[in-house]
Amino acid sequence: MAQIRIENVRKEFGDFTAVQSSSFTIEDGEFFMLLGPSGCGKTTTLRMMAGLELPTSGQIYIDGEEVSQKPASQRDIAFVFQMFALYPHMNVGKNISYPLRCQGVSKSEVKRRVAEVARILAIEDILDRPVGGLSGGDRQRVALGRAIVREPKAFFMDEPLGALDAEFREHMSQELRALHDRMGATTVYVTHDQLEAMQMGDKIVVMNHGVVEQFGVPQAIYDWPATKFVAEFIGSPSMNFLNFHAMVGKGMTSVSLSGTEFTVPEMREGANGDLIFGIRPEHIHLDDASSYKGLVIATEYLGTTQIVTFETPNGALKARLASSESITVGSQIGLTFDQRTITIFVAETGRALLSAGNEGALRNG
Amino acid sequence: MSYSVTSPSVRTKWFAGILVVGYALITLMPLVWIIATGFKSPSDAISYPPKVTFEPTMEGYVNLFTTRTRVTEETLATVGEPTTWYERIVRAQGMVITGPSRYGERFMNSVIIGFGSTLLCMVLGTAAAYAFSRFRVPMKDDLLFFILSTRMMPPIAVAIPIFLMFRQLGLNDTYLGMILLYTAVNLSLSVWLLKGFIDEIPIEYEEAALIDGYTRFQAFYKVVLPQAATGIASTAIFCLIFAWNEYAFAVLLTSGNAQTAPPFIPTIIGVAGKDWPAVAAGATIFLMPVMVFTILLRKHLLRGITFGAVRK
Repeated sequence: MAQIRIENVRKEFGDFTAVQSSSFTIEDGEFFMLLGPSGCGKTTTLRMMAGLELPTSGQIYIDGEEVSQKPASQRDIAFVFQMFALYPHMNVGKNISYPLRCQGVSKSEVKRRVAEVARILAIEDILDRPVGGLSGGDRQRVALGRAIVREPKAFFMDEPLGALDAEFREHMSQELRALHDRMGATTVYVTHDQLEAMQMGDKIVVMNHGVVEQFGVPQAIYDWPATKFVAEFIGSPSMNFLNFHAMVGKGMTSVSLSGTEFTVPEMREGANGDLIFGIRPEHIHLDDASSYKGLVIATEYLGTTQIVTFETPNGALKARLASSESITVGSQIGLTFDQRTITIFVAETGRALLSAGNEGALRNG
Repeated sequence: MSYSVTSPSVRTKWFAGILVVGYALITLMPLVWIIATGFKSPSDAISYPPKVTFEPTMEGYVNLFTTRTRVTEETLATVGEPTTWYERIVRAQGMVITGPSRYGERFMNSVIIGFGSTLLCMVLGTAAAYAFSRFRVPMKDDLLFFILSTRMMPPIAVAIPIFLMFRQLGLNDTYLGMILLYTAVNLSLSVWLLKGFIDEIPIEYEEAALIDGYTRFQAFYKVVLPQAATGIASTAIFCLIFAWNEYAFAVLLTSGNAQTAPPFIPTIIGVAGKDWPAVAAGATIFLMPVMVFTILLRKHLLRGITFGAVRK
């Protein structure tokens, strides 16, 4: 059980910078998600915490102790790999007990702890089986067992559900979360699946190109993305981006899109030039009275909701609307936006402008 | 591994069968010939047309392991009756045994040098292959190509520099010299083969072991080695076969002390006459260790030859 603190950690592979000066803190007992597209540096960050890579510069604290240059074996952590990495020449029980035997724990103690772990994971009946014939889920349970059995300070998981099929992932992700809640150990979990991150995480770090884009609880990240990248990466369909050109001043509470005024959270900073008006699909409503019109170009039926694509004077827009609304392709419909959740980005940098809405949520280390 | 799922027609099967049997007969013919000749009498061995059926004799094997001298009838009478079966065979040729031949010694030299260089080659090759496979080695590709390039000419092309070098270093006609030489020749092949095998082992196994509390060396020794065993075994066969059969360097660099069996066997023909059965006997015994070794590890060998061809 431990707090993990990352300070200005940087990793270079030759000319390539995998992680640029990241800082964030993982509190004791948190289920912490490292989220980002492939190649964003999330796995490298995790591997540096685990000691499988050494950072080029920066500090890593586990339980208050600086460990950035220490080998993995001295950090008292457990790692669950995407491909499970079960030893093929050992059976299930041997795989689970392996870390204990590495550390020279007594035989009776090994037996007791393996039995306990097998009970927690409900794999008591397969302890004598070779790992080769196991299903993906059972393999992952064994891999988890090998991690749990050591009672480490923290668990690091690198896309542990990536190799499972979709149906089973759902089930395993609930199982993992339940396991975490029962054991209460700090867990750092790498994924590229934003849904998985939102479902399971207490807190999320979103990374891109080796940079921490945003850091916070799932809802804050979803509602108040710090950058256009985060807004795009999280949510499906992603946030809509309407381009406009304007001068926004501090204290303003509305902006004008092609002649229509929209109320926005009170701005805390100003900007001038090419801006982006960001709105989530579910915060778009139909209103015949609105002077802001969109041309319906497509509809996708999703059961309880439908995704409607509009062409507006400021670009394409996807709205999540109730299925009961009857919408004809080709018609012009007036649109209004839920003013509470609008974010304005600077087009050039992709950075969100501070407003009354997001000022508490924007943290990126 | 998966293989083609369409089953071939009966005619194709017959054709394939005949082809395989025919090929086996052709390749086994020299082997059968050598083994048979070892049990022939000298006159049967050189008779034309060759004899398929003959009266087997151990004469070749006895001659292989002994040195003999021809004596006059009078002397023969003084040495008394032969007491063992091999003495009787020698006496029938009008000769007496004067001592053991050097074949046993030469054979042991082959064992020491062949297996010694194979072992050394495996130790160095596995370590190098592991490093190339797992670590960021500067100029890795260039180094690997450089290692391979030593195989791009026949080793004997550098015979003269090696001969001079060995003479300077006092390595001529020593076990150490021959072991080092065969290791040097085999090392490039073994590094390349072993790197392929180690590349196939997921790196997560070692990382899991590192996190579980092992040092890098322990992880290598306890996790990588057991899984690379197949590859190591098949590479070892390739190395042993080369070192075991090597002739040219052995002729050039060894004589009295560290001579291996290949350059020794032709000398059995000797001055007294063409003792082909003894030569054949020597060749037959010489074949055995590699044959047994290969048969024992044949599954690994097959995988060694086809590795990389099949995506598992």
